[in-house]
Amino acid sequence: MLKLEHIDKRYTEHYALKDINVTFNPHETTVIVGPSGSGKSTLLRSLNLLERPDSGQYTIDDRTIDLSQPLTTETLLWVRRKTGMVFQQPRMFDHLTIMGNMIEAPVHVLKQSKAQATKHAHELLAAVDLDNTADRYPYQLSGGQTQRVAIARALAMAPDYLLLDEPTSALDPELEAQVLRVLNDLAHENQSMIIVTHNMDFARHAADRMLFLEDGEINFDGTPDEFFNNPTERINRFLNAFKFNQNEA
Amino acid sequence: MFQFIATYAPQLIVAGIKYTIPLALISFVIAVVIAGAVAILRSYIPHATGFGKLGWHILKFILGFYVWIFRSTPMLVQLFVVFYGLPKLGISWLSPSGWSAAVMVLSLNTGAYASEAIRASISSIPDTQREAAAALGMTDRQIFLRIILPQATRISIPTLANSFVALVKDTSLASVVTIVEMFYLSQQLAAVNFEPLQMYLLVAVIYALFVTVLSFPQRYIQRWADRFVKEQR
Repeated sequence: MLKLEHIDKRYTEHYALKDINVTFNPHETTVIVGPSGSGKSTLLRSLNLLERPDSGQYTIDDRTIDLSQPLTTETLLWVRRKTGMVFQQPRMFDHLTIMGNMIEAPVHVLKQSKAQATKHAHELLAAVDLDNTADRYPYQLSGGQTQRVAIARALAMAPDYLLLDEPTSALDPELEAQVLRVLNDLAHENQSMIIVTHNMDFARHAADRMLFLEDGEINFDGTPDEFFNNPTERINRFLNAFKFNQNEA
Repeated sequence: MFQFIATYAPQLIVAGIKYTIPLALISFVIAVVIAGAVAILRSYIPHATGFGKLGWHILKFILGFYVWIFRSTPMLVQLFVVFYGLPKLGISWLSPSGWSAAVMVLSLNTGAYASEAIRASISSIPDTQREAAAALGMTDRQIFLRIILPQATRISIPTLANSFVALVKDTSLASVVTIVEMFYLSQQLAAVNFEPLQMYLLVAVIYALFVTVLSFPQRYIQRWADRFVKEQR
């Protein structure tokens, strides 16, 4: 369980997050949506402390971290082992092969043996249908392929929660579909996931729970059924903007 | 003409092999070690507070001063200070021979320039790489040594190769601290045979040959280092 209480994050001009209180349950897929600049990414990045909130409490399992205090390296590394992150861009380590990317952290962070890490990596790559790319370098793969590797790389650390920050918004629709299929499979395997996305179709299909963020506040927290079929006036406007844009295109 | 080359080229080449090349290679190895250390220390952002932080500031200031002083003064002057100046302090272990003065100045000078090249290549690695590694739970040290440095090394190779070429030619300055390397020898020979034009052209050609031969490995090193990037030509 991940629990955020009274999370504040201020930049000089504005609040990125304003008194956020939310609990993420295990084995659920939570989809976070909202307009640009609403704090979605900041919220997600706060969960593995790439972004450091100014204050608030963060509870993982039965350990509570006071975010207004300086954090020890040990705490930081512990949080990051609990949470895997997939970014908008795949962020492959360009100097390592795909296999090198996969086993880098398992070998050097989890101290797995190379053989053990490699075996597990092959399984994960096979699951995203890319086992044949193990010996290639990232530049030899397409954007959609590297993003699938990035997901597999995060899963290699066996994180309790997989965090994804607009994982498909840099991809064209065909490649996006490949990545979404992988995520959909993961959702059905009950991998705990928290996803920031603009893809409403995906949200509708994969989400167990929807969060709508605006101006650093959670404006909606409920089921996708409620979100899409019985939306508030504000969410309706948000959803219509998507439809309008799609008809235009 | 042929007679001239046959007489003098072998002597010059022997001087080159005995002095120019060892001077260049030894100084370059030391320079790269210095440059790497200085670049890494100056790139490091410490988490320390209080006295630890102050210590880092002082260290970084000293390193910055070293780079500044060696980049903003002529190498010839540096050689004179070390070889003729330091002995005046009267401390015997500080009084270098011509050889050690040359190695000291060549490596410190090249190290200062190369450290800036390495520092630039370290900071050219996008922060997204650091974040991606941090998100996988890697420590700052692991991120630097295993993710940033290997990629920065590739980028710094052309500049380091350039520094090396400059260094080979700069060994000619060692003539002023009594080392009879190629250029000094050519001066001595020209003073006897009264053929300065032919003599200095010959030594120039031999420098060019040395630089060319010594630059061969760069191509292979670069090809190896570029294995993980798209063909750019």
